[in-house]
Formats: sequence, structure tokens, C-alpha cells
Amino acid sequence: MKKVYDVVIIGSGPGGLAAAIAAKENGAEDVLIIERDVELGGILVQCIHNGFGLELFNEDMPGPAYAQHFIQEARGHGVETLMDTIVLDITPERTIYAINKGLGYLELKARSIVLAMGCRERTRAQIMLPGSRPAGVYTAGTAQRFVNVEGFMPGEKFVILGSGDIGMIMARRLTIEGARVERVLEIMPYLTGLMRNYVQCLLDYGITLEKQRTVNRIIGNERVEAIEAVTVDESWNPIPGTKEIIPCDTLLLSVGLIPENELSRKAGVLIDPITNGPYVDDRFMTNVPGIFAAGNVVHVYDLVDWVTEAGYVAGKGAAAFAQAEQAAPSEQIPLRAGENIRYVVPHKLDKAHLAEELVRLQMRAISPIEERVLVTVEDQNGDVVAKKAAAYARPGEILTLGVKPRAYEAVQKATELTVNVRKR
Amino acid sequence: MAEIDDIICVTCPQGCLLKVKHEGNQVLEVLESGCKRGREYAICELQDPRRMVASTVRVTGGLHPLVPVYTRSAFPKPLIPKLAQELRQVELTAPVKITQVVLKDVLGTGIDVVASRDMPEKKL
Repeated sequence: MKKVYDVVIIGSGPGGLAAAIAAKENGAEDVLIIERDVELGGILVQCIHNGFGLELFNEDMPGPAYAQHFIQEARGHGVETLMDTIVLDITPERTIYAINKGLGYLELKARSIVLAMGCRERTRAQIMLPGSRPAGVYTAGTAQRFVNVEGFMPGEKFVILGSGDIGMIMARRLTIEGARVERVLEIMPYLTGLMRNYVQCLLDYGITLEKQRTVNRIIGNERVEAIEAVTVDESWNPIPGTKEIIPCDTLLLSVGLIPENELSRKAGVLIDPITNGPYVDDRFMTNVPGIFAAGNVVHVYDLVDWVTEAGYVAGKGAAAFAQAEQAAPSEQIPLRAGENIRYVVPHKLDKAHLAEELVRLQMRAISPIEERVLVTVEDQNGDVVAKKAAAYARPGEILTLGVKPRAYEAVQKATELTVNVRKR
Repeated sequence: MAEIDDIICVTCPQGCLLKVKHEGNQVLEVLESGCKRGREYAICELQDPRRMVASTVRVTGGLHPLVPVYTRSAFPKPLIPKLAQELRQVELTAPVKITQVVLKDVLGTGIDVVASRDMPEKKL
């Protein structure tokens, strides 16, 4: 253990691991990952399903294998790790306070920090589900941990609320393990997870998905005995005469993820109320100089491959910051969400960075467009500086657009950029 | 009688809608395929549907009581419940190495089930 590190990374999921590797590869000497679990890998440890690595490796890997690839790479680079350690506080001057069972109270100094704490699941309390409070109500990720890592089944007969990816993946997983999934209910009029998961997790196993339907109340005293489902209108008001009692012993919630930013706030990092993650520039630096953020702590991704990429960018930026004598002059312009776009990450773009590197923008659409769309990046005059065609735009699936160095000239005239998605 | 069916491709996260003209399980034409892999998927889906399967098996003496496993290649869909049964019979001993073969040529498919991570021994 050292007292001062070039780069300290909080969290060892895919974002943190990639940041550590990139920091090392870009000249940072002392790189430390602090992880609260007893092993590295973050949530990938429990994501035993396939589908990871398709974008980055063109290979279909299970989560644990994907994690292990990066764990070995980080170890090979001599990244130090501190596991079973909880970070208590981070100051804007980049002092880190942490506690470890063996080492006790720790105080470390970092030349730069990468926040990679990921996200956590929305719980029953946060969606204000009415009814009694029996045992048998879990978030989908908790059930995933039970079934895939700890080795026990949380129930026999399930209803899943929310068509997020974890919920659908758990529907399949529980079915393979011999449970019955009675229904998946989705309050929105569209799927909130990936279409491929609807096919291979629900359709394949004959599990019914009902859209614009939610849990009206939970029934049961000691244990869940049933739930009452109800159809809702666009404003989520229950429609009379649509109630149905569905007997079950367990209700899983897959109702959204929230970036985990308690530590970020303590360090003075400003949070975007739309993404629930820090405002970041194109190198994933937050408003606090030297504090970077990568992965689901910034905004919730749908593919791990993009989290890894974000980690690389943040790690590289953190290494550069740690080694710089003084901050490089920069001219940053805002990136704004335009037509049918809920948010854009990063929030700011440094015009100079585009000279040598591609800057990847990631967006979420507000409402689905199930036909060919054009994503455009426009300057203040409506001139298009970058664009991309896509087969569709779905709120559940992130839109990605790389602004290439060839847009450098066009961007130099811009004072701001707006991203839009429209029908072609 | 030739029919045209919609199939959603699961090969990659794009989730393209494929239109397939077929007679029974004989593919006559893939009308909209997204990409080359989509075409292959459509043909496979009608004649011999397969999926990657991931599950867990028991392990003794490991950091966790289970080790995650997966099929080395896409596995025949109708055999998935039988595969799950086979996996329930397996019990490994830690340490387990990533890609270690857990079940060889499972159910005569020629496909191996392998570990998807290292499982170190539990430190006492």
C-alpha cells in the first residue's frame, strides 16, 4: 500500500477494470482499484448469461468470462487492488477515506480518481407499490445473486414487474431452474429492455408479457400469496374492470436502475437530474478537476461493451491528468438533447480533442420510432456536423454515434451542438 | 403452401426483424435479413433452432457454492430442459479453471459445457 497513487478507481466492474488498464497503458505508474466485494468483476459476477463482448470482441461471452478477461489484463499490468474495502468519503482535493477489515482506517491521496461505482436497482419503496409487506418481494438483481452465485431459489411461482433486461433474463433463468414465471408486466406501452431478450428469454419459454399493465397491490401476510394486476392508461391511471389476481409466491421488480453517486456528491461532483449521473466532458471528467466517472455511474448502459469503452476513455483521461504539470487549455462546447432525445452523454465536448480522436456520443430516445431514423448532430445554425442512420429508435436501447476527426473543421465553428433523432 | 413469417434475430443486440418466406421448415427466401448473420439465423431458426445456454453447477470447497457454466456453441433449443437436468447432477471440486470442460459432448450433441470463470478455493 502506498500513500499516494496516480490513479485510484472506485469499483471493479467493467468500467473500473477498463479504466485501470487504460490508466496503466497511458503512463500512470501507481494504479489502485478499491472494491467493496471480496472479488473483482462487479455485477458481471452474477450475470452468467451470454451476450457480452459482441461489440468489442465479436464474441458471445458470459458475464463472468468477460470480467475475467479484464481482471487478468489488469493484473498483468500490475494494477493494485484493495478488496473487501468500503470508501467512506472522497474530497474535492482527491483524498480518499476507506475502511478495510485487515488494514483498518485508510487515508489515500490520488492524483486523479475514476468513479466506477455502477448503479443500483430501484426498489419497491421507490415505485410506491401498495399492499401488504410480506416476504417474497425482491429486485430482479437480488434474485439473480441468490440463484446464480449463492445457490438458492427465492420462490417457486413468480410474477415479474418490468420488462427491463435483468427481469427478462431472470424469467428465463428461473424457468431453467424449474420455477414457474406466471407473467411479466410492463407499465409502459413498449418493451424497456432489448428486443433480443424478449425473444430468447420470454418467447422461447412461453412466458407472457403484458404491456401497459402493472401491480395494483401485493396480497399476502407472511409471504406473497398473489398480486393484483391492472391495466393502466398513458398517465398510469388504473382502468376500471381490468383487475386480475395472479397467484404467486414471489414478485420480482425490474423497474429501473439508478447510478450510485453518494460518493460523487460528497466529492462535489454535480449530478444531471436526467441521467442521475455526473455531468461529464468527452474524457468523462466531471466538474471537479481530476475526478472522472465511467460506466453505469454516469448513465445506465444497455451493453457492457460500451461500459468498457467508457472506462478506457476515462482511464486514459485520468492518466493524462495525473501526469500533467498543468491543465491543458481547452474550449468546451455543450452537447444538448434535441428532438426526441432524452439525454446525451457526454454533456460537453472539447473542440481540440476531435483533432486526433473519435468522440462517441450516446443518447436515449424519448419515444419509440419503429422505422428507419436519422440521428444528427447539428450546430447552432442547424448545420449537420455528424449523422448516422439506424433501423429504429427505441427508448430501451441506447443510440450511439461516433463523431469522427473528419468533423473537426465543422465543429470549430460551433458554439453548441444538438443531437436529434427523426424519421428518415 | 408458402408462408411469410416475421422472425426477430437474436444474433446481436440490434434485434433486427427478419421476413422469411418458407414452406414448412424449408426456407424459400429471406426477404429482409439485416445482415449476413441474420440470413443464417433465419434458416437455422426454421430448421434447427439453437441458443447459447448459461447455467450453474455445484462446486465444493469454492469461494461460492456454484460455478457458472455455458455451452461452447449454440445448443438445440428443444434439448434445453434435458440439459438443465444433466447440469443438476454435476458436482465439481474447487479450484475450477475457466473453460474447464464440465460436460463433454452433452446429450450427444457434440457440444461441450464449460466453466465461465475460475472458481478459487475458499480461504479458511
